[in-house]
Amino acid sequence: MANDTLAALVEWAPALLVGLGQNVLISLTAIAAGSAAGLFIGALNFSPLRPLARLWVQVFRNAPWLVLIYFTTYVFPFEVHLFGRYLAFPDWLKVTLGLALPASANVAEILRGAVGSIPATQWEAARSMAFSRAQVFTQVILPQCFTRMLPPWMNLYAIITMGTALASLVGVHDVIDTAQIASNTVNRIPFTVLIYFSLLALFFAWCFPISRLTQRLERRYAFH
Amino acid sequence: MPSTDTPLVRLRDVHLAFGATPVLKGIDLTVGKGQAVSIIGPSGSGKSTILRCLTGLLKPQRGELTVAGTAVHQLHGEAAHRPLRQRVGFVFQQYNLFPHLSVLDNLTVAPRKVLGLPAREAREQALALLAKVRMQHKAAAFPGELSGGQQQRVAIARALAMRPELILFDEVTSALDPEMVGEVLNVIGELTEEGMTCVLVTHEMRFAEGISDQVYFTEHGVIVEHGSAEQLFNHPGEARTQAFLQHALGQPGRRRIPDTYVLRNLSPYHLSV
Repeated sequence: MANDTLAALVEWAPALLVGLGQNVLISLTAIAAGSAAGLFIGALNFSPLRPLARLWVQVFRNAPWLVLIYFTTYVFPFEVHLFGRYLAFPDWLKVTLGLALPASANVAEILRGAVGSIPATQWEAARSMAFSRAQVFTQVILPQCFTRMLPPWMNLYAIITMGTALASLVGVHDVIDTAQIASNTVNRIPFTVLIYFSLLALFFAWCFPISRLTQRLERRYAFH
Repeated sequence: MPSTDTPLVRLRDVHLAFGATPVLKGIDLTVGKGQAVSIIGPSGSGKSTILRCLTGLLKPQRGELTVAGTAVHQLHGEAAHRPLRQRVGFVFQQYNLFPHLSVLDNLTVAPRKVLGLPAREAREQALALLAKVRMQHKAAAFPGELSGGQQQRVAIARALAMRPELILFDEVTSALDPEMVGEVLNVIGELTEEGMTCVLVTHEMRFAEGISDQVYFTEHGVIVEHGSAEQLFNHPGEARTQAFLQHALGQPGRRRIPDTYVLRNLSPYHLSV
């Protein structure tokens, strides 16, 4: 009996890993797009377009992620007409977008917080050395921001990773969806229990090292 | 253009308030080229604020400031102050080195990015200046690895790297452990001997007396009295100056031991008995 359950898990393991690959792909694409957009929006905080940046941050930080994912999934078309060709806009990409939106708002806040955490005396010293405003940012402020941003940014990545579990709700074949299919197919309670424990273990194995590394970096930069 | 007999710094009736709190209430101050001028006075009397006004880090509400031929009170906006700041060095109480850059890079970044010096020339100049402040052995170190006195000497070299006509020193020894004060004051003393124009806000009375051509005593945002170091320290004309010096230097007429030194040298054992 127990052997049957384990055998079923071994049988489904490759499918689970393929599903997990989908989650990894969504999380990496979402953090990449969210970071690129977030750095741009965060930079707007220090320009006359600041109100626009604030609006973006407030809207997407205060929306539930699931609502954003439903929004991007059902509001956007399944294909886009571009340069006379139809490009598929698959569901996994829509979910990625739904996660990248709040990610960008969070990255923008992380950047703003890091810039704000640089002591005013650094600004004063840089201004005294006749740096232009742009040079104060590029030579003095931003280089000190990157180390400060790394721990919260990695923390955000771990949260996005967990958010990829929402993809299954809009029909993306991710690891959760695969587990549900396996559970229904095998249709035995011990197997269902085992496969959801396996899911927990997979996400833990993925997020725990990130969380530990974040803590180590935080401790290291606390002295600077 | 300033001729040789125009002073390098001239303040006329400078007023500045933070909100409703007046900090400077009509400051007049003159610094000749090649002079060392000290500003002394109790904490909160506006000494550091005067220095910040000189390069436009703070903007007075009223008054005229001429620094190195520039009418500072007529400059508007950050960019307009850049030519002035290239020519006026500023050394801070808390050193304010750039922690992400090595000592050498702290000295080369502004000459390269602001003055447009070639990297090689900036580096050679930086090494020469580090030798001058006896810090050449730490060129590759980062500020966080240095003692306070070492950081402050690097900060002085960093100001010199911009080849300034004038350097402002804002209580540069106040944050230092007592045994490090001397090494920093020696460097400043050498600069004034070489003819660098310096304005110092300081609590080191003996040092101010030793190196200053002129000393200004400020209290509550006004210049109470100014004159040569000999005149101000030995024959102060104002009762308030006398009271301050008596407090800062000990009994008048006796040879002075600044009570800041006495306090600093107290060990925990002294405090417990």
